[in-house]
Amino acid sequence: MAELWFWMVAVMIALYVVLDGFDFGAGALHLFVARRDAERRQVLAAVGPWWDGNEVWLLAGGGTLLVAFPAVIAAGFSSFYLAMFLVLWVLILRAVGLELRSHVEHPLWRSLFDVAFFVASALLPVLLGAALGNVLRGVPLDATGFFALPLFTSFRTTRELGVLDWFTVSTGVFALVATAAHGANFLAWRTTGEVRARARRASKVLLPVLFLLWPAMTLATWAVRPGLFRDFVGRPAGWAFFGLALAGILAAEWAARRENDLVAFLGSAAWLLGLLAAIAASVYPVMLPSTLDASFSLTAPGAMAPVAGLKIALAWWCLGLPLSLVYGVVLARIHKDRVPPPAEGSHGY
Amino acid sequence: MDDPVFWHRLQFGFTATFHYLFPQLTMGLALLIAILKGQGLRTGEARYHDAARFWIRIFGLNFLIGVVTGIPLEFQFGTNWAAFSRSTGPVIGHTLAMEGVFAFFLESSFLALLVFGERRVSARVHFAASVALFLGTWLSGFFIVATNAFMQHPEGYRLAADGTYVLDGFWSYVLSGWAIAEYLHVMAATVVTAAFVMAAVGAFWALAGLFPDVAKLNLKLGAYAGAIASMLVAFPTGDSQAKLVARHQPVALAAMEGRFESGPRAGLNLIGQPNVSAGKVENAIRVPGILSVLAFGSVEHDVRGLTDFPKESWPPNVELLYYAFHIMAGLGTLMILVMLVAAFLQWRGRLFAARGWLWVLMLSFPAPYIATIAGWTAAELGRQPWIVYGLMKTDQGVSPTVHAGMTLFTTLGFAGVYLALGLLFVMLVTQEIRHGPPEARPLPEPGARLAPEPPAPKPEPPSGIPAPAGPLTRRR
Repeated sequence: MAELWFWMVAVMIALYVVLDGFDFGAGALHLFVARRDAERRQVLAAVGPWWDGNEVWLLAGGGTLLVAFPAVIAAGFSSFYLAMFLVLWVLILRAVGLELRSHVEHPLWRSLFDVAFFVASALLPVLLGAALGNVLRGVPLDATGFFALPLFTSFRTTRELGVLDWFTVSTGVFALVATAAHGANFLAWRTTGEVRARARRASKVLLPVLFLLWPAMTLATWAVRPGLFRDFVGRPAGWAFFGLALAGILAAEWAARRENDLVAFLGSAAWLLGLLAAIAASVYPVMLPSTLDASFSLTAPGAMAPVAGLKIALAWWCLGLPLSLVYGVVLARIHKDRVPPPAEGSHGY
Repeated sequence: MDDPVFWHRLQFGFTATFHYLFPQLTMGLALLIAILKGQGLRTGEARYHDAARFWIRIFGLNFLIGVVTGIPLEFQFGTNWAAFSRSTGPVIGHTLAMEGVFAFFLESSFLALLVFGERRVSARVHFAASVALFLGTWLSGFFIVATNAFMQHPEGYRLAADGTYVLDGFWSYVLSGWAIAEYLHVMAATVVTAAFVMAAVGAFWALAGLFPDVAKLNLKLGAYAGAIASMLVAFPTGDSQAKLVARHQPVALAAMEGRFESGPRAGLNLIGQPNVSAGKVENAIRVPGILSVLAFGSVEHDVRGLTDFPKESWPPNVELLYYAFHIMAGLGTLMILVMLVAAFLQWRGRLFAARGWLWVLMLSFPAPYIATIAGWTAAELGRQPWIVYGLMKTDQGVSPTVHAGMTLFTTLGFAGVYLALGLLFVMLVTQEIRHGPPEARPLPEPGARLAPEPPAPKPEPPSGIPAPAGPLTRRR
């Protein structure tokens, strides 16, 4: 049961990253791949119908974590207090920048909201990547099941830990590059004309950069938490997901050169999914590692809620998951065509 | 000042209150929009579609602010109320996660279709999108109310060996008597809010001589829906809610009513100020016997007063609780009167020309917002000092590692962010009301779904109000 729920939470978080990841990437590239007002609206119209539903995966994943592993929510959310509020405020900025931009027709208004959307979309993967970095590095969890962590200290990963150190900042930047490449593939797939051409060029630059940064990031993780790789070696699931990630990024590179936009997008999605799943397979059963003493770490069996309630949750999940997939398919069918630049004066994003 | 519990409560109270300004309109409005779309489909008259198009734009703005201010509430369960989440997450996590899975996915999938898709799909599909949004928003409200009902009157749980609460009976949790009564009361109130806002915009346009066709429709639907819903808020939903409070939270009822002494034939304080240290209500105008009837259905029934309970079990802020409850009940009564008169005038065909009552309708749109905030304040203050009634005290629920100063800091941050959001919202809604219903456009040929739209003809500026000058206007 603990393993099942661990994987449900892991898959939901990975899906959130894959889905909202392309929104982040599109927003981070927004100012560069779209220059004229019509092109900016084209980018917004491409992500517009999706971002809200994508963000729901974060809420559904958080809710599932609360049902199944309440101690992890309690420790993680309250001990990363200020960082969590930063994420919240930037999420607000992203949504407002995207949705309110085209409500007023004035170049200054639109520039302001373009920059807001860009800043928020670029910051969110950095913050969420740094959060993953913290989970990988470990936090000073003690016997109470809580910890206190300053926002930053000396930027070293041993003693006097901070939320931000060289490692977590690197994971944040890595996440930004990864979502930007993914977002470029999304825009190349979903748009037409100049925006598509620029998104394809961005993808051709970003994917090789990502491919080079990936081993560097892996080495950095080795330096910070060598035990992770000892566990990884013995786990077939980890190898399978690693294979998925490798196949995904290679397919994305190959397809991006041939301008096969859909395959490139699916490739970067598979890479994100495979990488996160491989990480989950390596860290299992630890959900939040303690740097003080391994016995204080929050593990899936240790932090799990009693089984009786989880059986009920499994029942409604079996009903809800197919429903959410149906909605996703309906949404994809409604928006199955590429988004052209909107006509002058039209209503919409 | 350095009591973290106070700041955590203030933060949650403030952010929840601000958030709920928006969903209380979107939930009620979703029903009224679905009615307008359905009528438009049935009669084929353009005015229904024109009105729906305007209200969908208002809905979209409210929905956005509702979404972005709702997420902080979910986060606060973990950030500020970690001990509460750790103990009760295995119960309340169900409804919070189900809200995402069953309601948010539904809403988010059809929102863009409703707001931007009218010309891409048939009228029938667009009507279906409005029904999907109605179902999604009302489901969402249900899951939140069920969560709150557990905190008010826990059912369907069991205490596990490790001291946490576990869901034991799914249906007795989500369909507890409290959850059903609270849900019906809350949802009827959302229709009141939407009806007052719709009638107020109709009244403004009627008084200003703008968009008469849609103004008439707004007034008609607003007055009829408002009259029905405002009565439903009081009876039977408010009445059954009050009886549940009387039965399960007698100390909260005593504080809401400012009742200090116990006894039969309890009177209802219409007005007056509670003096807690003296143990009485000053300058009270009291109707004898009514409280016994309202709370228990019989004049002779004993209604216990505050002095009957140990002082530790009293809600810590009796005065605010008393005022909040009386504001809710008083405004609720006034709103019934306003809407009954409006519905009568509408029925006689005189509302559109009744300038006096149009002024009343235009100016009374804040009333349902104030009453709703006051009602929630009464419910949540009445629950104190418990975070889960009878199981867990509020001060046991906070995060152990979060200092009062951090919470004050983030509360100030929210105050700033929400001020900016509120200003943006008011500005954009004002712009929509000034522009009125976006003009009808013909449905496209099948197969021309994504063809670029023809440029809209420049409409004549409406008479009676100066045309918005300068470039700071929305493109139509």
